[in-house]
Amino acid sequence: MSVELLADMLRIRRMEEKCAELYGQGKIRGFLHLYIGEEAVAAGAMRALDKEDNVVATYREHGHALLRGVSMDAIMAEMYGKREGCSGGRGGSMHLFDAKTRFYGGNAIVGGGLPLAAGLALAAKLQKEKRVTACFFGEGAVAEGAFHESMNLAQLWKLPVMFLCENNLYAMGTALERSESQTDLCAKAASYGMANLKVDGMDVVAVHEAARKARAHAAGGAPIFVEFQTYRFRAHSMFDPELYRDKAEVEEWKKRGPIHSHSARLKAQGDLTEERFLELDAAAQAEVDKAVAFAEAGTWEPIESLTNHVTTPA
Amino acid sequence: MSLITYREALRQALDEALEKDERVFLMGEDVGKYGGTYAVSKGLLEKYGPERVRDTPLSELGFTGAGIGAALGGMRPIVEVMTVNFSLLALDQIVNTAALLRHMSGGQFSVPLVVRMSTGAGRQLAAQHSHSLEGWYGHIPGIKIAAPATVEDARGMLAAALADPDPVLVFEYPALFETKGEASGEAVDIASSKVRRTGSKVTLVTYGGCLPKALKAAEEVDGEVIDLRVLRPLDLAPVIESVKKTRRAVVVDEGWRSGGLAAEVMARLMEQAFYELDAPVARVCSEEVPMPYAKHLEEAALPQAEKIVAAVKGLFA
Repeated sequence: MSVELLADMLRIRRMEEKCAELYGQGKIRGFLHLYIGEEAVAAGAMRALDKEDNVVATYREHGHALLRGVSMDAIMAEMYGKREGCSGGRGGSMHLFDAKTRFYGGNAIVGGGLPLAAGLALAAKLQKEKRVTACFFGEGAVAEGAFHESMNLAQLWKLPVMFLCENNLYAMGTALERSESQTDLCAKAASYGMANLKVDGMDVVAVHEAARKARAHAAGGAPIFVEFQTYRFRAHSMFDPELYRDKAEVEEWKKRGPIHSHSARLKAQGDLTEERFLELDAAAQAEVDKAVAFAEAGTWEPIESLTNHVTTPA
Repeated sequence: MSLITYREALRQALDEALEKDERVFLMGEDVGKYGGTYAVSKGLLEKYGPERVRDTPLSELGFTGAGIGAALGGMRPIVEVMTVNFSLLALDQIVNTAALLRHMSGGQFSVPLVVRMSTGAGRQLAAQHSHSLEGWYGHIPGIKIAAPATVEDARGMLAAALADPDPVLVFEYPALFETKGEASGEAVDIASSKVRRTGSKVTLVTYGGCLPKALKAAEEVDGEVIDLRVLRPLDLAPVIESVKKTRRAVVVDEGWRSGGLAAEVMARLMEQAFYELDAPVARVCSEEVPMPYAKHLEEAALPQAEKIVAAVKGLFA
């Protein structure tokens, strides 16, 4: 499992580094929010889920989509706006969707996914299905009413949902302590009587163990809140000059980079050689190259079908 | 056939929906133990239990979003947002999620959600409880807007809305709740407008709570009354047919005048029936003021039969 987690993180990292490059070339436009630095959360959490589970994510969701099983080809084509993209080119970076893997987006309204996740969990409960719903969101969402309303509903109705909070300390440019009177996020969950965990989100193994516990709890018929303490190494989006944080702080967190630290641990345990690492990295890079070629070769939807997908055809 | 009230028609429709399809459940504030603010869901909790007639906290954003999620998860939720006024608290989920999800996902996810809410003024409930925002919601691609103005539609539109694969907002009119009429229980569509009274001098186009006012005015001016029934998508074909005959039209809309649904209907008549008209299209809307509490002021702010008659007479001046 441990080496697989490393491979997962490398796939996200190499894909997103390429996305940044493609953004510079004008191949990808709109907003592009990179997950670089936070990969351990998606990697550790996604492998704790069952394939029948539901996943709800945010606008920083490239990694979640990828590890949920959406092909890198389809993700890259979506970034390009091509018809072969996982949302047919209608969504872009912030709106990756995939029905096959029960990946419900890709929501660009902060907190917008939480009520949706509660509802998916309610549907599962009412239909006596075993699936749980995993809902990823950033710490910025805890200031939204949608967070509090959803937490209350989920606990009140004992819904099988995992609220997975990726606390990267900044809501765009606003630091947590500048926006929250209570900065202990687990205390918010506790105020609803909800089970909660605080986890080192830079440690993929710790994330995975916590996510397994959380899934078991949710499957048992009660929601759980998990705070993953993590950090975004890159700017909020491609338009962010990063005036709100010190370069030194970023460098300090980079020392705890999840790929670097997990590799070092695996090597120390004798579970990874440098050669194997390079193989994994090369495989990720090859997947990226193939995805870019796929996106490049993709087609543009004809203007004639512009008004499709607004309502379901009769 | 016996006569029932609009309220009873709504209740029967809910009862039938819950009876027929176990994926259907009703949730909202006070829909269960209280029996519904307007007693529309009275008795349903006892009949179907708290799982299917689900009281919610006062969390319009949360439970409307949960309705969207439940719809995606295979259920057929009916979310009651008590009144349109409170739906503003759920606006993000309605507009940014329910209406957009199908499009953003490239057609992968439809949202078969029904949101019911009461709407309209006329009962001295003052500014925050008297909105008419159907036309405002009608601006948004991705949702359908049903506005039952008759007992038959109050009875039938819910089933049509539930059968629709996309989100449908159903606006219910407390001003009409005591109206009596026949309800066969037969299927109705949520796609067409209907002629409610034939006449020859003028076409009166309206919907919802203004229908009785338009019908009253029509008696006096030999008007043909068309009930839009569905505000998105709009079906103006019967309106255009009528205008070919009457050559004059007045749009009656309880929404505010500026940027309202009446303006949209007028624009389409201009685009599609300009040469059929012998006079400019007129409109009777609410005055551009928040709804006052005092009865005489509220009446003055709203469309009334007398104002409609005056507007018609203006077209012949």
